[in-house]
Amino acid sequence: MLEQIFQFLVAGITVGSIYALVGLGFALIYNASDVVNFAQGEFVMLGAMTAIALLGAGLPLALAAIAATLLTALTGLLLERCAIEPAHGASVVTTIIITIGAAIFLRGVASLLWGKNSLPLPAFSGNEPINLGGATLLPQSLWVLGGTVLLVGLTRAFLNRTLLGKALLACSFNPAAAQLVGINVKVMLRLAYGLSAGLGAIAGILAAPITFSSYEAGIMLGLKGFSAAIVGGIGNPMGAVAGGLLLGILEALGAGLISSGYKDAIAFVFVLMVLFFEPTGLFGHKVAERV
Amino acid sequence: MRLAGFFVFAVAVILLPILFPDDYFVTVVGIAAGLHVILAVGLNLLMGYAGQISLGHAAFFGMGGYASAILTTRFDWPGWLALLAGLLVAGTIAWLLARPILRLRGHYLAMATLGFGIIIHVVMVQATEWTGGPDGLGGIPPLNLLGWTVDSDQQWYWVIAAAMLLIIWLSLNIVDSRIGRALRAVRGSELAAQMIGIDTARTKTQVFVVSALFAAFAGSLFAHQQAFVSPDSFSLMISVELVTMVVLGGMASTFGAACGAIALTLLHEGLVVFEDYEMIIHGGLLMAVMIFLPQGLFVGLTQGVQRLWMLISSRRNAKACQAEVNTHAL
Repeated sequence: MLEQIFQFLVAGITVGSIYALVGLGFALIYNASDVVNFAQGEFVMLGAMTAIALLGAGLPLALAAIAATLLTALTGLLLERCAIEPAHGASVVTTIIITIGAAIFLRGVASLLWGKNSLPLPAFSGNEPINLGGATLLPQSLWVLGGTVLLVGLTRAFLNRTLLGKALLACSFNPAAAQLVGINVKVMLRLAYGLSAGLGAIAGILAAPITFSSYEAGIMLGLKGFSAAIVGGIGNPMGAVAGGLLLGILEALGAGLISSGYKDAIAFVFVLMVLFFEPTGLFGHKVAERV
Repeated sequence: MRLAGFFVFAVAVILLPILFPDDYFVTVVGIAAGLHVILAVGLNLLMGYAGQISLGHAAFFGMGGYASAILTTRFDWPGWLALLAGLLVAGTIAWLLARPILRLRGHYLAMATLGFGIIIHVVMVQATEWTGGPDGLGGIPPLNLLGWTVDSDQQWYWVIAAAMLLIIWLSLNIVDSRIGRALRAVRGSELAAQMIGIDTARTKTQVFVVSALFAAFAGSLFAHQQAFVSPDSFSLMISVELVTMVVLGGMASTFGAACGAIALTLLHEGLVVFEDYEMIIHGGLLMAVMIFLPQGLFVGLTQGVQRLWMLISSRRNAKACQAEVNTHAL
């Protein structure tokens, strides 16, 4: 029994890391522009699918992964430039619908380019399971965990230590004031979308050998990432990471101990409970409502 | 005068099958469009007038559908009683959910309604012994109204048309009532609405329940008309499509929502040939309308026509004035 729970925990932390990376992408864009990007999951899907396609075209895995990340980052940048920027100053409902439209659009493009089947990406370093005190672990899980730790650390350092990162945060606190001290808010927003899309793509590539990918793989991943951001307190990058891990573990335990069919329902019941009782998130700051 | 638009619409709905009898677009597409109009008009009360987004409205549609399906096939209830039971279930759940969920705003509300929709969808797929699981539930008997059995496409057209007109009439009256004005106040500013003595939590609860009831009503009719329900008809994508209908036509306009519903139904019908491009067009359309015509196609167009009309009549007035001045000068 204890061994089983340990196994579920390992699986939960792996899935949770992916949610954490998606949630981190949400938090980056939300931080810079107060927009929740419902197309975040599609960046994850695009990263994985582009890498699979490039690999199929004969590129080595490392090169395919890097190229896919860059291409997805470019897509994110284009999305900001072509769909979000023209609707500047729109209401929350309007921006939500624009990003939902973008998500459906990207899904459509993906299904047109790569069909509707689930495609795999080969594992980075084999499929030989590692035995870990009674639980087994795929080498790819280590890649996911390592990648997450690295990316979270880099993002944290970027936001807190570099001038560019601080400028990005300034845009979220007060865009007008940021503009006044010489920060080009427009460029910062594009940067945020590009970075967030790139992060999503890396998450997708790391996860693809375990979960496979298809044109609609981004829907649930995006929603879980958004849930992670909300559970952690929206706009708090490290909260999103914690929220993602928590959600992943809860889901794996729920799937293992209660019912695997209901695992999505369990995750969303948890999110609803957080929203009802602690709407600022478990790790968020209490914000006074502006009238 | 207030209901002039309603009567024009009603006449058009009645004339269509008389002018084009047995036409596929009238009897088959028309039925789908009619159900979508009921759903969109209900959602518009919540989204357009009260300003509360819901990305889980298909859940209530599904509750009506599954209530009718389960009660008529497994318990042999008469259709009308099952319909009432569906309304009761959806209304009660909406009422229980309204207060905690509508305290949230913006992104939080979007996430919460979305999560609710997914939870209900998962239950539809997983509770196999009741719902038939992913394969759905078939063999739903035709609707029987006071001894009259509705089973041909033409008969369904009339039933759905009558239901749709009833819902539009109800919606127009709600919007023009004390509650309707309270809703618009809530959308403008919740704090200001509270200051002038509106119980905003109660108002939002009422509109949430009403729109859930409309959706469940459509769901019951849908179940009988199709004789089959499956979770696919009530998925997240359907919720998103309902939102698309409302914003496509124009928020805060009953006819806008109705036009959006009809337009999207026709679009889907037309895009069957371009199945591979359907998602690209759907997504592109959603983005384009929100960027360039955020007030929606129907509302945007009517405002445009109004402005043009004012421009023309003011020119005409100016000309008339000029002519008068000229004659006086002579």
